[in-house]
Amino acid sequence: MVGKPRQIMFESLARLGHLGLHALARIGRGHLLLLAILGGSASLAARPRLLLAQIYNIGVLSVLIIVVSGLFVGMVLSLQGHYVLSQFGAAESLGVMVAASLVRELGPVVTALLVAGRAGSALTAEIGLMKATEQLSGLEMMAVDPVKRILTPRFFGGLVSMPLLAALFSAVGVMGGYFVGVGLLGVDEGAFWSQMQNKIDFREDIVNGVIKSLVFGWVVTWIALFEGHDATPTSEGVSRATTRTVVHSALAVLGLDFVLTALMFGD
Amino acid sequence: MEPHSPRDSSEAGTLSGVRLDEAGDDVLVRVRGLVFGHGGRRIFDGVDLDLPRGKVTAVMGPSGTGKTTLLKLIGGQLRPESGHIEVDGQDVHALSKAELFRLRTRMGMLFQSGALLTDLSVFDNVAYPLREHTTLPESMIRKLVLIKLEAVGLRGARDLMPGELSGGMARRVALARAIALDPMMILYDEPFTGQDPISMGVLVNLIRRLNDASRLTSIVVSHDVADTLAIADYLYVIAGGQVMARGTPAEIRANPSDWVTQFMEGLPDGPVHFHYPAVPLAGDLLEASLEPGDA
Amino acid sequence: MPRLRTLEIMVGAFMAAGFLALFFLAMEVSNLSADVGGEGYRLQARFENVGSLKVRAPVTIAGVRVGRVEAIDFDPQRFEALVTLRIDPRYRQIPEDTIASIFTAGLLGEQYVSLSAGGSEVNLGDGGLLEQTQSALVLEQMIGQFLFKKAEEG
Repeated sequence: MVGKPRQIMFESLARLGHLGLHALARIGRGHLLLLAILGGSASLAARPRLLLAQIYNIGVLSVLIIVVSGLFVGMVLSLQGHYVLSQFGAAESLGVMVAASLVRELGPVVTALLVAGRAGSALTAEIGLMKATEQLSGLEMMAVDPVKRILTPRFFGGLVSMPLLAALFSAVGVMGGYFVGVGLLGVDEGAFWSQMQNKIDFREDIVNGVIKSLVFGWVVTWIALFEGHDATPTSEGVSRATTRTVVHSALAVLGLDFVLTALMFGD
Repeated sequence: MEPHSPRDSSEAGTLSGVRLDEAGDDVLVRVRGLVFGHGGRRIFDGVDLDLPRGKVTAVMGPSGTGKTTLLKLIGGQLRPESGHIEVDGQDVHALSKAELFRLRTRMGMLFQSGALLTDLSVFDNVAYPLREHTTLPESMIRKLVLIKLEAVGLRGARDLMPGELSGGMARRVALARAIALDPMMILYDEPFTGQDPISMGVLVNLIRRLNDASRLTSIVVSHDVADTLAIADYLYVIAGGQVMARGTPAEIRANPSDWVTQFMEGLPDGPVHFHYPAVPLAGDLLEASLEPGDA
Repeated sequence: MPRLRTLEIMVGAFMAAGFLALFFLAMEVSNLSADVGGEGYRLQARFENVGSLKVRAPVTIAGVRVGRVEAIDFDPQRFEALVTLRIDPRYRQIPEDTIASIFTAGLLGEQYVSLSAGGSEVNLGDGGLLEQTQSALVLEQMIGQFLFKKAEEG
């Protein structure tokens, strides 16, 4: 085939076109699924117990990893921040630095990454296996809409859990930063808190952080549910879908974080 | 409950296999000119079926002929490219979603894997359709579930989780769930596959008993010749997207076609080749030996 | 999956912890608790130069925080900055001859408005104007003046 460059060109063009069409079709299916999921919200209101179970699955079961990670991230921020700030004689600003990094960026972003890894992958595997074992089909034949009954509660469970987990992460992180900064490195306690309170703005920083984590909660659970629902119903298909959930969620969270940060904080 | 009195004339009309339209009201599922493809492959190419009310009808064929697909088409989970399917006088694919769901509450489907919800116990699985589609009090649901579980002989297993059941038991629980709403018909997808002889016997017995006792219409899809012949009142044999043969078990056995004989007797070669379509072996081998040099 | 009752308790505890964390972030970490919000009364002051003073910067008397900067506008007629301060209603007694200065917290810290109380018997009310002000010190100006002085001496 070496002597046929034209054929190779057409071949690669065709492959590119195939990939593009494939990606477009997936995006379309993803949005249709999202519409169907949102369409189930009314029926969810009649069955709060389903939502409760999913907040447990996604939220409660993620608390441990979130709290531990938050604590360590806060402590490390404090150590590193103190090293840099003390060179400028501004060690009192340590509280501001720790809190601002946490509530604006690390809280929402790291929480979303951890939730994608812990709960998102589990959601994809669960839905994918339900598809592979014909449970979704079975529900349909029982005249029960699997999207409404299975996917909608999971979507809202993720949406509710994410900002709460992010708030936990940031709060625990600030405490971790406080322990290291004030307890270990000897930063003045009053300066630590008062500078933080002066600089961190409720609407600008805290509310924007919550908005970020709501967006991330939306995107991460959406991707996880779509990958599960769209998975090839074989063990290989489900494992690929699970990997894709983690990779795509991480990329989407980081990309969206840049856009949101630019919109919220970039004047 | 549907009346259970197939008129002899109509039965004869169907059995002769010529004048399908004379089957009249005793046909519960009527398939006409069904065409369906998947991934560029024609699975059904103009299939006509009449599945009589109150009978056990079997649809047989080698694996890969789309038997499961046929059930999904009847249940409205898939849409045909052309042709139509009527269930109890309603065109399945012309119904709105709500109407389709209402029709499905009158159908039960037994999946090959059982398709039980793995996070619910046996009891809750059987109670699921009742809780979804009725407003019965919990005490009433309990009674109904126990009656259904008793019918499949698994009342004692009500607190087990699906993961703790054997394949045969899971299928029986699924059967209890399928009959929970007292449907007019049940679709069985390969009910005999992967069963040991005892649980196979139990299932065959159950299907027959349920059909006769509750005056259900049963549609069994299978490639298992012996057990299907034993259970069915009427058979369709499908292959290559066409109906190859139809008739009572006796008529099918007596069918002179080579193809049907091969399928029924399980002969390794005949009109259906042992080999998947391929280029001649010699050419294939020669090409393989050339390839490394080519790259 | 635990039993329904346990499930409800766990989810309830999780949501309570989440909201508590949000409350902690709002009250302890951010300025919401220090925010006098819509309450309080306004004072105005004109400055020749506000330096890098920001909206929401603290307003202090004797080092105690009494309010914050609400707005910084430019007055095109007088070519001056018009700074609006919102003062906590607890601190009603601010004499009319009070001096407003813009200081810097630490060498590189943020700038804030410091009020040094005067001796007048009359207090300022809502919308009152602080007549005497001292502008922010701009580092470049100070260095320039210093060099100029040195040159004169030498």
